[in-house]
Amino acid sequence: MSEFKRLVELRLDATPQRLRLLRAVVHAAMDSLGADAESTNCTVLAVTEACMNIIQHAYGPGRTGEIVVEILNNHHEVKFRVTDFAAPVDTAAVRSRDLDDLRPGGLGVHLIHQVMDEAGFVPAPAGAGNVFEMTKRWTPAANEDGRDEVQ
Amino acid sequence: MKYSERDEGPFRVIALTGEVDMCDSPQARKQILKALNARNHVLVDLSDVEYIDSSGIASLVEGYQLARKHNLEFGLVGVSEAAMRVLQLARLDQVFPIHGSVGERLQQQGD
Repeated sequence: MSEFKRLVELRLDATPQRLRLLRAVVHAAMDSLGADAESTNCTVLAVTEACMNIIQHAYGPGRTGEIVVEILNNHHEVKFRVTDFAAPVDTAAVRSRDLDDLRPGGLGVHLIHQVMDEAGFVPAPAGAGNVFEMTKRWTPAANEDGRDEVQ
Repeated sequence: MKYSERDEGPFRVIALTGEVDMCDSPQARKQILKALNARNHVLVDLSDVEYIDSSGIASLVEGYQLARKHNLEFGLVGVSEAAMRVLQLARLDQVFPIHGSVGERLQQQGD
């Protein structure tokens, strides 16, 4: 039976200034697992976009709060659980938009679904606002001799 | 993110460097729109962009749309691998005019 084990939990203010720190932690976590650059770049982008959505839409302009990012791993599968404490959002309204409609904004959800294997809201526990989970089946980085790193 | 501006031929070249994220994209947007509102043709040099997210991409889309409104040219040059990847994911690599370098675009001008 598969079981995800927590690798790290990060609690940060929901502000744009914290996104660089977030990316550094996600990058370091994927490095520590032995993931290749492509898998790492995908997860860094997706987790950043998810947190941007929280800052922009869940909390919204002029409001602040906390975001908790949990990184869990199960063999070559990594899960990011992103929790906010804002009012519950209309999850049906959070979806990819038509890319033929060229306009600034609204790309974040599309990018997340492009680079992750699974993504979506899950029921929030008592006290939390919204919980968004994303899963990526990552590829191990190859060693110099071309073999995968041993996990 | 850092940025610099220079004029090359008929173009205002805006070079973005480093990470273009939600923190910095308002500055990138401001510089791009300022140049376009001053009726400059604009090339955005992305050769030293290490990371760009949807907020940075939104600034480029807004510039592209404003350029069309003013009948000006707007293009991207020297797009880094990291930036190209996000443009491709958003399918915007088929929308923006993309040139290998400023020199390449100027050469087209002379052909």
